[in-house]
This record gives sequence, C-alpha cells and structure tokens, in this order.
Amino acid sequence: MSRLLVLLAMLLVSAVAWAKEAPPAAADPAIEARMLALASQLRCLVCQNESLAASNADLAADLREEIREMMRQGKSDKQIVAFLVARYGDFVLYKPPLMASTVLLWFGPLLLLLAGGYALFRRIRRRSGAPGPELSAAERARAARLLESPGDPETP
Amino acid sequence: MSAASLPRMRTTWIVVGAFVALVIVLAVGLRLNPSEVPSPLIGKPAPQFELPVLQDPHKSFSGKEMLGKVWLLNVWASWCVSCRDEHPVLVEYAKDRGVPIYGLDYKDKRADALQWLRDFGDPYRLSVSDADGRVGINFGVYGVPETYLIDKRGIIRYKRIGPVSSELMERKILPMMRELERE
Amino acid sequence: MIPEIGQFALSLALAVALAQAILPLAGAARGDAAWMAIARPAARVQFALLALAFACLTYSFVANDFSVAYVAEHSNTSLPLVYRITGVWGGHEGSMLLWTTLLAAWMFAVTLFSGHLPEDMVARVLGVMGIVSAGFLAFILFTSDPFTRLLPAPPNGRDLNPLLQDPGMVAHPPMLYMGYVGFSVAFAFAIAALLSGRLDAAWARWSRPWTLVAWMFLTLGIALGSAWAYYVLGWGGWWFWDPVENASFMPWLVGTALIHSLAVTEKRGSFRSWTVLLAICAFALSLLGTFLVRSGVLTSVHAFAVDPRRGVFILILFAALVGSSLVLYAARTARIGLGGSFDVVSRESSLLANNVLLTVAAASVLLGTLYPLALDALGAGKISVGPPYFDAVFVPLMAPAVFLMGVGPLARWKRASLPELAVLLRWALAVSVACGVLLPLVLGRWSPMIGLGLALAVWVVATSVVTLRERLRHASSAASAWARLRSTPRAWYGMFLAHLGIAVFIVGVTMDKGYESQKDVRMQAGDTVELSGYTFRMIGISKVQGPNFTATQAQIEITRGGRPVANLYPQRRIYTVQQMPMTDAAINAGLFRHLYVTLGDPLNATTWIVRVQVRPFVSWIWLGCLVMAIGGLLSATDRRYRVAAAIRRAGAAEIAVAQAAR
Repeated sequence: MSRLLVLLAMLLVSAVAWAKEAPPAAADPAIEARMLALASQLRCLVCQNESLAASNADLAADLREEIREMMRQGKSDKQIVAFLVARYGDFVLYKPPLMASTVLLWFGPLLLLLAGGYALFRRIRRRSGAPGPELSAAERARAARLLESPGDPETP
Repeated sequence: MSAASLPRMRTTWIVVGAFVALVIVLAVGLRLNPSEVPSPLIGKPAPQFELPVLQDPHKSFSGKEMLGKVWLLNVWASWCVSCRDEHPVLVEYAKDRGVPIYGLDYKDKRADALQWLRDFGDPYRLSVSDADGRVGINFGVYGVPETYLIDKRGIIRYKRIGPVSSELMERKILPMMRELERE
Repeated sequence: MIPEIGQFALSLALAVALAQAILPLAGAARGDAAWMAIARPAARVQFALLALAFACLTYSFVANDFSVAYVAEHSNTSLPLVYRITGVWGGHEGSMLLWTTLLAAWMFAVTLFSGHLPEDMVARVLGVMGIVSAGFLAFILFTSDPFTRLLPAPPNGRDLNPLLQDPGMVAHPPMLYMGYVGFSVAFAFAIAALLSGRLDAAWARWSRPWTLVAWMFLTLGIALGSAWAYYVLGWGGWWFWDPVENASFMPWLVGTALIHSLAVTEKRGSFRSWTVLLAICAFALSLLGTFLVRSGVLTSVHAFAVDPRRGVFILILFAALVGSSLVLYAARTARIGLGGSFDVVSRESSLLANNVLLTVAAASVLLGTLYPLALDALGAGKISVGPPYFDAVFVPLMAPAVFLMGVGPLARWKRASLPELAVLLRWALAVSVACGVLLPLVLGRWSPMIGLGLALAVWVVATSVVTLRERLRHASSAASAWARLRSTPRAWYGMFLAHLGIAVFIVGVTMDKGYESQKDVRMQAGDTVELSGYTFRMIGISKVQGPNFTATQAQIEITRGGRPVANLYPQRRIYTVQQMPMTDAAINAGLFRHLYVTLGDPLNATTWIVRVQVRPFVSWIWLGCLVMAIGGLLSATDRRYRVAAAIRRAGAAEIAVAQAAR
C-alpha cells in the first residue's frame, strides 16, 4: 500500500516537473483581447452570419491580423472601425451608426413604447371609474352552461 | 359603445396598414440579393498600390500608371472556383474587343497562378500579385472574383462581385466604358 | 413504389384538407349539422394520410433509397441510423412535411379534446385549420415535393450536413415546430370566435390550454436550439440574434403576452379584442418565421436551399391568411364589448402593462430583423443589425416587465390598493436591491448589468415567496395550510413555476455573461493552464475513427486543488463524405459551472491551440426554460380545463353502456 503511494507520489512529482504552464496562443494577450472585443462587434463579409471574431474564413483571419497590426501601431478602436467602414461600408457594423436612414431603427422601439404607453393610459383611464359593462347576466349564464354542463350534441 | 369603438377602429386600421407595409417590404425583398454588399468605394479614388508584376516579380506596377485611361481591374486567384467560370468571358473580350483588363492575383502562389494562366489563357494586359492580400483589403475585396471599373481620373465607377458574364459585359460594363472614354 | 405512395397520400391529404376547409365552415354559416360533422372525420383522415406520407419518407431514408432526390441530397449509406431518421427533417422539403404532419397532429388532438365544445365551434376551428393545412400542402406539392425521383439514382447520397448530425437534431426541430404550429390552434379559435361573433369568457377558457401547450413546446424548442448552438458551434455562444432565432423568439414573446391576456379575458372578460389580435399575431409571426427562413430574403446560418418560387408562394399564403384574418378582425372588432372595468392599480392594469412591454419587445425584434431588408428595398444602403442593437433595446424593455411580474400576482383584480401593495412588497424590494448591490461585490466584480440582473432575479424569487405566503395567510395550522395548498389550482402553481423559471434564467444569463472566463493557449502533451481555480492539463493527442468521420482528439485532464474533476476529449473532425471539418467541443457540465474545452488549429506536429472556458451557472439558462415549460404544462392541465372533458367522457361511456344494453 505504502509502496503504491510512493509510486503515485513519484509519478505526480515527475509529472509536475515535466509540465509547464501553456503559453498564451496570442503573441500579445492584451492586444488579442482588445482585438476580439472589437471584432465581435463586426460582421464577417464572407460567412455573413458570423462575427469577425468567430469566423473561420480566410478573409476574417486576414482582417483580424490587420486589426492587430493597427492596434500595435497605436490606432484607436474608432480609427480601426473607420478603416473597415471605408472599405466595406456600414454593412460590417453589427451596431449600425445613427444616421438619417437609421433614425427609425434606433428610436423605433422608444416610439412604440410611447405609443403603447399612451394607448394603455387611455384605455385604463376609460376603464377605471366608469361602471363598465360587466358580462351581462345572460352572457355569464351562457358561459357557465357551455363550460360546466355536458351540453354537447354528442350526448343525448 | 360607439364612442369607445372609434379609437379602436383607428388602431385596427393602423395594424392592417402596418401589415400591408410589411408584405410590400417582403415582396420587394424577395427580388434582392441579401449577400451582395455594395462597395462604399464607388465614386471614390481607387486605393493606391504598388505591387510586383506576376510574370516578372522584379518589376513593379502601380495603379498611378493607369491615370488617363479607362480600365478594368479583375481580382482573381488560381484557387478560386468561380474565376474559372468567368475566365473565358474575360479572354474573349480582351482578345476580340481589346478591353483593357488588368489582373490582381489575390492571395495566390506565383507558380500556381502562372500555370493557371497557361492552362486557361491570359486575358490580362498585366497581372500583379497581391500575395498577402493587403491591397485586396484596401479595395474591400471579400469574394473573389471581383471586377472594378476605373475611370481616367482613377475613380472607381462600378464594381461587380462574382463572375462577369458576357451579358453583363454587353449590357453594363462596355456601355459604361464607352461613356467614360468620352469624358 | 413507396415514395409514390407517399406522394399519393400527400395529394389525397390536400383534397381532404380542401374539403375540411370549405364544408364545415359553410355548414357552420348555414347551420347545417351534416356539413359541420365532416370536420372531425376529415381532420382524422388527414392526419392518417400525413402520418403515412411521413412514414414513407422515413422509410426511403432508412432504406437508403437514393432514387429519391431529397434522400440523395441529405443522406448517405455511412450515416448512422438515427441521423438517417432525423435526416428526414434535415432539409427544406422534409422539414415542411414535418411542419404539416405536426399541424395534422394538432388537428387530430382538437378532434379528441373538443367534445365539450358546441359543434359549430369545432367545425369553425377545424375549418380554419383546414385552410392553413391546405395552403401548406399545396406549397409542398407544387414547390417542395420531397418525393421527387432522381433517375438514374446516384450510387450514394451527398450526406447530411455534419452540423446536423447531432442529438440536438432529434428533438429541436420537432419541438420548435410543435410550438409554431400549435399557435395555429389559438389562431383558429380566435378566427372561429370572430366568425361566430361569440368572443366571450368561454372562448378564452377553451383556447387557453391549447395556447399554453403550444407555448410550452415553443419554449422547449427555442431552449434546445440555443443549447445545441452552445455546444455544437464550438465557441460557447448560446444566442446570436440571428434572423432565424429572432423568427422563433417573436412568436414566443407574443405568445407569452397572449397567455397572460387570455387569463384576463377568461377571468374578467376584459381585453377581448386585444387577446384576439394577439392570437392572430402569434400565428402570423410563426408564418413570417417560416417565410424568412425559407425564402432567402435574409442571410442566416440556417440557410435552406433557396428557390424564389417558394418565397413567392409562402408570401402569398402569409398575406392571404393573415390579411383576411386582420380584415375580419377589423370588421368585427367594433362589436366586441369591453368587459369588466378596472382601476389604474389592479391586476388587469399590471397585466396590460406587461402585455404592452412584451409586444413592444416583439415589435422591436421585428424592426431590427427586417430593417436592413427595408432599407435595401428602398435602395437606402446596406446595414447590419446585430447583437449590440438587440441587447441595447431589449434590456430596458424587459427589466420593467420583470419588475411588473413580481407585482401582478399580488395585485387584486379590478382594484388594488397601492399602499397595501407597497407594504407587501417592501421587504422583497429591499432584499433584491441589497442583493443587486452586494452580491456582485462578494462574487468579485460589480457592473451595472450584473447588479441589475441579480436584483431582478432575487426580486422574482422574493415576490414569489410573498405571493405564496399571502395564499397561506389565513391558515391557522399546518393542516389548514396544507389544505389550502392542495386546493390551490394547478394553474396557479404553473404561473408560480414559470415565474421562478424566469428568475433561474436571469441568474444563468447574468452569471455567465458577468463571470465567464476563457483562455486561448498553445498546448502540447503535459502542458497545463490555470483558469478560475481549475487546472487543465493536456495528456495527449490521438487519432480517432468515427462511423463517418476521422478525428484528432485531445485528452484534457482537469483538476482542482489537486483533486481530479474530469477528463475531457475535445475533437476536430473531418466528415469523410463532404470533407467538412468540424470542431467538437468537450464539456464537463455541472449545475454551477461548465468546463468547456475546444481544440483549435495545430501549430506543429505536437502543439495545438486550445481554448478553455469556465462558464458559471450557464446551465441555468436552459434549466430556467425547462422550469418555465413545466409551469406551462402544469397550467394547461388545470382541473377546470379537464372537468368538461371528464364530463364528456362520462357521457360517452353512458352512451356506450346504453348501446351495449340495447
């Protein structure tokens, strides 16, 4: 038993001695993290439903390298995005810029919410206070009859 | 009840109207190609480049040399399958009609590219090799083949993404080139 | 021979569907009992025919009959049997056949569980479903026939897309389609009610269980799809705001609004016209989803082979079905009464406000999904609308909805007292705000989103506890408390569970987004990497031969504080037929964290890029959906929906006894 333990311990020690901490895949992890954060907001043009960060396409790999290069040169995220937009258009942006043609896109939800809120307000104001038309007695009776009684035509 | 139903009628017709608009958008959308992205470079100066000539890598060629001419820049590669589809068209128009086509050999091995031109014919006045694809990125290339029509002032006037057909040549590219020659 | 039988069954089913679409509706309009009586047998025959057609296609797949073009496109002799069966819905034609077969199954279910309904209602409901069915059967037969022959038959098929060779393919599409198609029942009930002019509490009560079951399937279908994407795409994303995901999410949002609105209509008679509109919209969005996926108007990861004729056909079908419903609605809505009145502070108001938020959320998703298409159609440029937009729009709409979710169940119908509510809820509010502020600090990183997420989750749980306590407030002893719990309807427990499911879901999303960690490293045998207290060691790399793929497989041993946790075997596969590379991530799933390892590209013969991730609470995302679905099922099986059915069965048994005695 103890011999086995010793053997195990030796194995462990040897394994530890042999092992090394794996180096990061990227040459510069800080730039890599920044690049991935930026690239995940951009659309790959080849396989159009993946982000530039996630795509396996050749062009995506080239563009990621281009972004790393620009980051190493000290360009800001804004400058890099401008570089890509100049070449590929607004299409590469997953977050479309606010411009004349996207006003409705960006403010549409707010407008819808306001319209919904207004309708809700009117509705509630109209319904509250006033003794609104409750289900009429006849309606209630019919509902009850239909639901509770075995009144369907299949039964005699 | 009639008082209460008035605003409701209005809401209802808003819903119906929104639905009609939706159907119209979808119907128009059916005729569009969602994966084709227009280039923002159209109407802008073509990006500058200076690249080694494919046949003779010691020489280099720059886009500036083409100022004053109307020409086509065709992005191709030996690994590109649909380039093979358009190639006969390019060969035909270059040889028979003398259309000035220049090639940008995109992310390719020189030997493969030369072999490819020997196999399928060489329609290009000249090809340059863009081995690392940097010039391609400047041109906003995202799917080979692509073809750019550049005018005398070096401005991109038209871009075709995907293979060029004789129909497109006749209907669009040649008329535009004739028009631009006159400018 | 078998494919021809299938095709013939489809043609017959179309004929039957047409009969079912016309005669019962005409019968109900004229009061002709004989014509109305056609509805049930027609629906049953249609189901039998579609089941037969589906069986024929499945047979062709199992028997490797590559003379059928669809089989040749989507199968291969080396494909394992289970994927040859699920391959039936691996492409456009087969998945449409699944769609219509499930529609017929829902119609069949309606024939079984509608004994307590008036005959004209049954006739109208099945008639409307017959119209839908006829439309889709015509679509299949004229544009997407799965039984078309390919002669001469190729020696082998082109294989199923490797992405679809996955257990997720077994359950995800059928569940999702059950949800989509299930909303056709709610839709048919709504149209039937509009046609008959009887839009009352009884109608709401009849269509509620159907809507709940459809919603349950849709919830499960979406969750399964998300879980599948999480492990199959290899980088651990679980929601991408892809147009096809949005197509399934919009009916879910509207369906959620619908089940709440139906509750008010049933209990209080209010919101009637609104409920009808929601029922129409939920199904319209299901149809729209079908159009978006299959017409090629939007690019998506779920690309089906695109044929412009199909898009035109579905668009016409969509416009005709939804357009006529809306016109009918517009014509009839003025006659719908308003129902019971209620105060500004009341359960009705809170439910109505929640309805507004859910509907606006659905409309915003629709706006974001179709906006690029609309701009393109107007020639105003090409843009993309992606996750940053949807995240920005969605959170501000859902946060108040979740807040109201805590208030609604405590507010009284008709008129609630604000001070009383405030007293009931002040502790819940204090606890959730405290948790939102403090918990992230304990966990190690505070950000507004983490704080908000945790506060909302705790809010839902705390208000649920308060609601439960209110139920038991007047119980004097444990026994009477127990009696109260037992007499509480299942629908209430369903609501309770579904709301807790939302809390579980929010915890999952918040914790995963807030505290996930990942590293990309270069590893060779023996190398280790530390992440969030776990040590990942690469033991070695080996070659593995699968049934229809070859793979390179790494063995990664994970330990924590020297104790073994798991061994993971991530693979990179090459599927032999299509020569398509696939990344097969390996996951050690626990309740509180997933350890996620992906094998990347080789750098040389012995060194590989490896991505390791620790994903805290990520399984809660799908666990929450499961809890919601169970809540839906519990509500759907509430006693008051079953009473009528039981009475009917008793009646039927009496007839049987009487007939036997005769």
